[in-house]
Amino acid sequence: MNAFTYARAADVADAVRRAGAPDARYLGGGTNLVDLMRETIERPSALIDVTGLPATIEEREDGGLLIGAAARNTAVAEHRAVRSRYPMLTRAIVAGASGQIRNMATVGGNILQRTRCAYFYDHAGSRCNKRVPGQGCDAIEGLSRTHAILGASPSCVAVHPSDMCVALAALGAIVHLQGAGGGRVVPLTDLHRLPGDHPEIETVLEPGELITAVELPALPLARRSTYRKVRDRASYAFALVSVAAALEVRGDTVADVRIALGGVATKPWRAWQAEAALRGAPATEASFRAAAEAELAEARPLRDNGFKVELAARTMTAVLGELQGGGA
Amino acid sequence: MSITINGSAAELPDDPRVSLLDYLREHRQLHGTKKGCDQGACGACTVLVDGVRILSCLALAVQYEGRSVTTIEGLSDGDGLHPVQRAFIEHDGFQCGYCTPGQICSAVGMAAEARRGVPSSVTADLSAEAIPLDHDELRERMSGNLCRCSAYNGIVAAIQEALVGAEAVR
Repeated sequence: MNAFTYARAADVADAVRRAGAPDARYLGGGTNLVDLMRETIERPSALIDVTGLPATIEEREDGGLLIGAAARNTAVAEHRAVRSRYPMLTRAIVAGASGQIRNMATVGGNILQRTRCAYFYDHAGSRCNKRVPGQGCDAIEGLSRTHAILGASPSCVAVHPSDMCVALAALGAIVHLQGAGGGRVVPLTDLHRLPGDHPEIETVLEPGELITAVELPALPLARRSTYRKVRDRASYAFALVSVAAALEVRGDTVADVRIALGGVATKPWRAWQAEAALRGAPATEASFRAAAEAELAEARPLRDNGFKVELAARTMTAVLGELQGGGA
Repeated sequence: MSITINGSAAELPDDPRVSLLDYLREHRQLHGTKKGCDQGACGACTVLVDGVRILSCLALAVQYEGRSVTTIEGLSDGDGLHPVQRAFIEHDGFQCGYCTPGQICSAVGMAAEARRGVPSSVTADLSAEAIPLDHDELRERMSGNLCRCSAYNGIVAAIQEALVGAEAVR
């Protein structure tokens, strides 16, 4: 690990001011950044500890929630309002990592965690455009079983690893940011960038900009929502495919729906096309399957990950069927 | 800068690169907490901070200034063994023993989480106030602690006896 200075931010303004230093990074629970620093993939000169910043979960009068970015993953998953109003978020969080890691990891850090692509981690033996921009990518022609089928580019096929972000994408979460020039809000679905020619630039955050909170809009249909994760082990493994979904059926028709995918894309993947195909459609398994196929029409599998296309279609169909049947 | 380790105040290191795990083992000579993978994958380094289980390998010691850390050496309140330690012996919850301190600290933190109603990915009813720790819940909640000797059946039995109650053993 390279040498760095360490400081605790007293408040948001103090954090943003300190982040003006060259190569400064914000430190949350450390579950990803400390590991990457030990691997010397991340080499910050200054760490600004933001775990002392607001971590409260505020229930708003309109039924929404405002979650401080320093809230630990466990605190969000166990919150009563999250469990009752946004069960897919609780289920997504507890599907990720382990109990110990969820106790450490913050909401802001979860959003900004980096890919677990093995070629990104293999700094001694592999080329990676995220690590060394313009170097080339050994993942595309390499062992590609876990890589993305959606949103990839000739520069990068690395999957965004978060479970929590898949639920946040489906729920239409709004991310609150604070920078030296002021504050702004960005929808979670617009926060992460597609890799394109610059996979090293992973979000729309400006240098030094800090995630201060995540806002969950009121969304009554999310009371009937869930998250299903398909992985190689029963627990403590990243997703091959995951689906966050909420479904509202009136009569025999889909009145409203929210769907997002994990494990298959370079960013938390809101399934806009599947949602559009489903609104107003008959609430049948055939509709669910057709909507899933519409979303996956753009899928571009590599040598080893073609199975993800069918797995994602089946998982989406099954989750929507489960929600229609009353499970949540 | 100070920290409390097993009830005693101690000075933190000047170098912020020192992990909580290395601080415990190399600076405080508390070798019970084990370094397995050193990358957050195995759970051998699990300790309790203010009663909450965390991975000390992914924790920078300086981040825990003012906090109270409990390691396997400080788990029992006297000279005897903690009930979970006794149950691990009774149920053969280990072979080589390397993962055991992490397993035991994790189990103690895990039980507190379940008592206050933290759901897991196998919890059917998210509205439950407290979650009964049946076999599937225990396996899921302890999945962050690997045992290369695969003493999992004994580990689950030990935790059930010590933290759930003998009536739940099945």
